[in-house]
This record gives sequence, structure tokens and C-alpha cells, in this order.
Amino acid sequence: MSTDNTHGGTHTAHVSHHFKDATQEYDSGKQGIWLFMVTEILMFGAILVGYGIFHVLYPAMFAEGAKELDWKLGFINTLVLIFSSFTMAISIQLIQRNKTKQAAIALATTILCGAIFMVIKYFEWTHKFHLGFYPGRYLDLAKTGAEHANLGMYFGFYFCMTGLHGLHVLIGMGLIAWLLIRTIRGDFHSQYWIPVEGVGIFWHIVDLIWIFLFPLLYLVG
Amino acid sequence: MGNTSAHGENYLNHEKGLWSWLTTVDHKRIGLMYMITVMTFFFIGGIMALLLRLELFAPNTVQGVGQVLKNGDIYNQVLTYHGAIMVFMVIVPGIPAILGNFFLPIHLGAKDVAFPKINLLSWYCFMAGAALAIATFFTHKIDTGWTFYTPYSIRTGTATVLMVLGAFIMGMSSVLTGLNFIVTVHKLRAPGMTMHRMPLFVWALYSTAILQMLATPVLAITLLLLAAEKIFGVGIFDPALGGDPVLFQHFFWFYSHPAVYIMILPAMGIVSELISTFSRKVIFGYTAIAYSSLGIAAVSFFVWGHHMFVSGQSATAGIIFSFITMLVGVPTAIKMFNWVATLYKGSISFESPMLYALGFLFLFAIGGVTGIMLAVLPIDVHFHDTYFVVAHFHYVMVGGTLMALMGGFYYWFPKMFGKMFNESLARLSFVFIFIGFNVTFFPQFVLGAMGMPRRYFDYIPAYENLNKISTVGSWLILTGFLIGLYTIVQGIRKGEKAPMNPWGAKTLEWQTSSPPPHFNFDVEPVVTAGPYEYR
Ligand code: HEM
Ligand SMILES: [Cu+2]
Repeated sequence: MSTDNTHGGTHTAHVSHHFKDATQEYDSGKQGIWLFMVTEILMFGAILVGYGIFHVLYPAMFAEGAKELDWKLGFINTLVLIFSSFTMAISIQLIQRNKTKQAAIALATTILCGAIFMVIKYFEWTHKFHLGFYPGRYLDLAKTGAEHANLGMYFGFYFCMTGLHGLHVLIGMGLIAWLLIRTIRGDFHSQYWIPVEGVGIFWHIVDLIWIFLFPLLYLVG
Repeated sequence: MGNTSAHGENYLNHEKGLWSWLTTVDHKRIGLMYMITVMTFFFIGGIMALLLRLELFAPNTVQGVGQVLKNGDIYNQVLTYHGAIMVFMVIVPGIPAILGNFFLPIHLGAKDVAFPKINLLSWYCFMAGAALAIATFFTHKIDTGWTFYTPYSIRTGTATVLMVLGAFIMGMSSVLTGLNFIVTVHKLRAPGMTMHRMPLFVWALYSTAILQMLATPVLAITLLLLAAEKIFGVGIFDPALGGDPVLFQHFFWFYSHPAVYIMILPAMGIVSELISTFSRKVIFGYTAIAYSSLGIAAVSFFVWGHHMFVSGQSATAGIIFSFITMLVGVPTAIKMFNWVATLYKGSISFESPMLYALGFLFLFAIGGVTGIMLAVLPIDVHFHDTYFVVAHFHYVMVGGTLMALMGGFYYWFPKMFGKMFNESLARLSFVFIFIGFNVTFFPQFVLGAMGMPRRYFDYIPAYENLNKISTVGSWLILTGFLIGLYTIVQGIRKGEKAPMNPWGAKTLEWQTSSPPPHFNFDVEPVVTAGPYEYR
């Protein structure tokens, strides 16, 4: 067979049976994750289109909604995520140089950042509920003293968009935890790091999406 | 190249037991698992179709047969399940998940798809989504029609949320399959297998996969928002909260129109294979056919508005969408002419797969032409939501996609199971299905032109005769499918052993044993020529 596993070196790369060599496996994996990211971006893209349309239709109502959000908290969260993207990128670098221990620390930091992000989100959400800012028909018009009767729609968008994004952050944290375990176990090294890179790309995209959501929700209007 | 495997070992007997199937990552076995599940769903959806037709056999004033489904609510539910099952569980996954999974890697000379585990995962997603969707049948039945139009779908007390989540998960399955195919095509081709040597079926699957990747996420978010609307009342699609139900339609059709091509492109791929093989000729205009698939995929994104000519979108939008919709006719016609040119002066043999291919040409031509008619704004305003539309999409989906699926299935049956089926029975089955199909659906064009609306469970006496004919046709189709089922079961159980290449075809799958070994080829093939080098 033309596909015997004949790689030299101390680390025998992990190559699945249906690939010819590690390069082919690496290229395929990378293309796969990028294609998957395209679908993620399109998914968020559609909801952004909806947001844009209604923003044009009800500018005053959207302005009223945006006023209620705390841009400072949003800004802190933006910084936290950017930093986490940085530690994520570092972890791949470290694994490629066989610095497993530091890589594990970098991954753990990334998870921690994700957790901080979610905690801040949690306080933002509960605060909104406290004030009566529920989505759509549940918005408490009397309690909030809303000027626009359909202000609930703005919060419909807010909770859907940040909720969906938050879900992605949670999934990302789960994936990175899985990477962390495997890193400590020594699965990754200078010859093999496809999963780390894949999850890394996912994490960067999730950050990137937040970088779109933040100004649109908190600042515009 | 590819002599029969040493100890008669193949993918079917490579491992044994149900568990080895449920955990398999072999694309061929996954293809068969899809086959069994999709056939089951087709059976369920088919029974519902028969019930609908039975109800429409006579007006409701007629005791007994005119009241099979008791009342309009039940009719609406059965209609919804029939539509949703047939679309999301049969026709969309059908060809790619069954035949695509099985043959795409073999066509490329690869050992498997790029991500075998994800391939298995997508089967489980499909099953989970289908289970959720069908579960609604046992709780609060859903009656929105498969399009889930707002605001009705957020007002009705039925299980919209569960159904929509089911469709979402099946959508994920579709995305994962598409992703797998794209990467497989890009990265796993055997030496010498250039893009322009790929069989046209692969080109069609490739274009379909692109559509799946680009369109499905939009449906996914639309369905999620619909679920959120129903649970939390977020106000985006609900006019009472300032939202816009027409936006839902825009989002929905931005996916679902391209989805129509997710349904038909793979069928066109199969037809290209069949026509070339059974006319013993190089396919005419290989590149034109290959790129017209991509062309159809591209144009299909800009035509969704033709579903909304009467929804209150602006007249300008209507005119633009009408025009672009007609453009889809161009790449489609290119394919049609190339197939006919291939047939011309070919030595045609009328084996059952070829009968299905010719059936496809005939029925799809009618479906396509009536599609162009519906693209004409004033005609659609007249025919909108009448039986003309029902006839049109059944000609495309059943007459087109299902015909090709059946043709492809008979064509590849010897390869998949290593057995031959009874050719006369297969032809008999075709004759029943083909005639039954036309008897069922052609009268519906006339009914539609006479003004009979769709999605109604009763009608005025003037429509009665044509409806009777249509219902009788549905029994002919049933007979045809039962004969087909018998042929298949009989073939698998008692069929003669199939040779490596029973049809004398040229593509790679015929260069390996029937059924193929676990890794598809005993020796990795090296490709030196195009897929249809007959003369
Ligand atoms: C794979 C095959 C089929 C597909 C994909 C399919 C798809 C559909 C769809 C999408 C609808 C529309 C539902 C709606 O408007 O909400 C529909 C309606 C219907 N189908 Fe099918 N169908 C298939 C086969 C059949 C067969 C074989 C029959 C009859 C023997 C049939 C009979 C009907 C009837 C009577 C309706 C109701 C039309 C109306 O009241 O608007 N279908 N089908
Ligand atoms: Cu359409």
C-alpha cells in the first residue's frame, strides 16, 4: 500500500488511516474548521441583518435601548476577550515549541478569561431583569418607564445576540478544558497540535463576533 | 488494478453485529444507515400523502371517504408532517447522505471522507433532530405547514418550538455532511484525480455542499429566533410587538430557496452519470455541466423573493426577483441540452436505472418549465397557493429528485450489496411509479389553473373529477413503490452475485470489487484519464 506510515523522528505523528501523511491531515483539519467558522459567521450575520433593518426602522427606540446598557461593563468584557485570544494564541506557540507546562497555564488563563466574561454577563443580565428589561412582550413597561412601546424588541435582540454568543463562549470554554486535559496528558507536541489550532480558531471567531456585537449593541444609537 | 479482495472480505462483513454498525466510521456503512432511516421516513411521509389524497378523493359532503381526516385541523397536521418529513428528512438529506456518502470517496479514489467521525456524528444529529420533530406528533401536533410562517406559528398552541429545534439539529447534520464533502474533494483526491477528472456526480455534490454551508446557517438562526419568539416573545417576527412577519419569510426563503437546489443538484449529478453510462458515450459538454452546477448554486441565492410576490414586498422587488428567477433557467437548460446531446447517436440501453434517468428528463422538464411560468409575476399572482404550485413542486421534487435517487440506487445497487436485482421487476416498478406520478400530479396543474387553492381539505364539486383521478394515481405510485421494495429486498436476499462492473461504466467505483473492501480499494488507484472515456 502506498500509505504506509513512514515518518521519522522521535514523535510519531498521529495520522488517521485514511490520510497519506500528517500534512494532508493538518490541511484537511484546518480547512474543515475554517469552513465551519464560515457557517458561524453567517449565522450571526443573519441576526445582525435583522438588527440592522429594525435599527433603521426604529432609530429612536434603539437609541433608548442602547442607553440602558452599561458600556463600561461591555468594554471590560471586550478587553477580557481580546486578552483571552492572546493567551490562546500563545498556547499554540508554546505547544509547537514543546513547552507543555507553560501552554497549560496559557490555556487555563484563557478559560479563566471566559469565566470572567460570563460572570460579568451574568450580572448585566440579572441587573436588566431586576429593572424590568425583559425581552419582547415581557418587558415591564410601567417599571422601566419606557418611552417606546416596542422597546422590548431591542431587548429581544440584546438577549438573543448576547445569549447566543454567551453559549458559544461556554462551548469554547468546554473545548479548551478538553484541550487542557489533553495537553497535561502530553497528547500535543511540536509534531501534532491540530485540535489546539482548531479550537483556537473557534475561540478567535467567538471573540471577533463579540467585537461586532459590542459597538452595535452598546455604542451605536 | 483493484482485483477482488483476497478472502472475500468487504465492508459489509468486515465487522459484525449491530454495535459495529452504530459505531462505524466507514462512509459506506454510514451511507447504508442513512438509506435505512431515510427509507423509513419516506414510508411514514408516504402514508401521510396517501391519507391526504384519500381525504381529497371526494368533497366532504360525501359520507365516509370524504371525511377520512375528520376535520380541517387534522388535515393541516397531516399536511404539515407530510411536507416537513418529505422535505427535511427525505429529499434534502436523501441523495448526498445515502449515495453521496457511499460513492463520493470512492469516486475520488479516497479511503474515506475527510472526517469520518464527524460523518457518524452527522447521522446521529440527523436521527436526534428527526426524533424531536416526530416526537411533536405525540404531544401537541403541529399544523403550521412545513414553512412555519409567522405570526400563525407563534400564535398556534402547537409544538412549534420542538419541531423547529428538530429542524435546526437536522440542519446541523446537513452542514456537517457538506463540510465533510468539500474538504474531501479538496484534499483527498487520488493521484491524477484532478478537479476536471471528477465524475459529474461529485461536481454536483460539491456544489450542493457549498449551498448547504452557505444557506443552512441562515435557516438555523431563523428557526432559533422563531423558537425564541414563541418562548420569550422577543418581538422580531411578531407584528403585535412591532416585528415583521415578512422578515421571517425573507429569512426563511433565503435558505429554503437554495435548499430547493440542495434537493435537485445531486439528482442532476446522478442523471449525468446514468446518461453517459447507458448511452456508452463521453458526456457532452463536461465542463459546461460541471460549472452550470456552480452557476445554479450561485444564482439560487438571489431569487428567494419569488416566494413572496404576493406578500406585500415592493413591486420593484417583485420585478427584480422575477427576472433573476428566470436566469436560473439558463444553467439548467445548459444541462438539459447537454444530456440530450449525449443521448444523440449514443448506443442507448434501457436498463432500469436509465429508465429513471429518462423519466427524470421528462418530468423535470415539466417541473422546470412550470417553474419559469411561476417566475412570471402576473402568472404567479394568479397561481399563487393553488394546486398549480403543488403540481409544480411535486414534479421537481418527486419527478426530479426522487426519480434520480431511485435511478442512482438501482445503478449502484450491485456495487453496494454485491448482488443483482431482478431487472423485469425493477422495470415494472418504474412503469407504475412513472404513470402513477403523472396521473396524480398532472391533473393538479389543471385544478390549479381552475383555481383550486392548496392546503384546503375540501373543495367545490367542480373540482371533484380531477381530484378523483389524482387520488387513483397515488395508489398506482404506491403499487410501484411496493414492487420496488420487493425488488430490493429480494435482490439483497437472493440476487445473483454482481460482477465488478455490470454496466460497463468507466468511473472509479467500478474498478473495485462488489461490494468494495473496507478501505475501498486494495491498491490506491492512480487516475490517468477522465471519467467517461468511452471512445
Ligand atoms: C418525496 C416525495 C414528496 C415530497 C418531497 C413532497 C412534498 C410536499 C410538500 C412540500 C407539500 C406542501 C406542504 C405544504 O404546502 O405545507 C406537499 C403537499 C402535498 N403532497 Fe407531497 N410530497 C411528496 C410526495 C407525495 C406523494 C407521493 C403524494 C401523493 C401520492 C403527495 C401528495 C401531497 C398532497 C395531497 C399534498 C397537499 C397539497 C396541499 O393541500 O397543498 N406527496 N408535499
Ligand atoms: Cu424558490
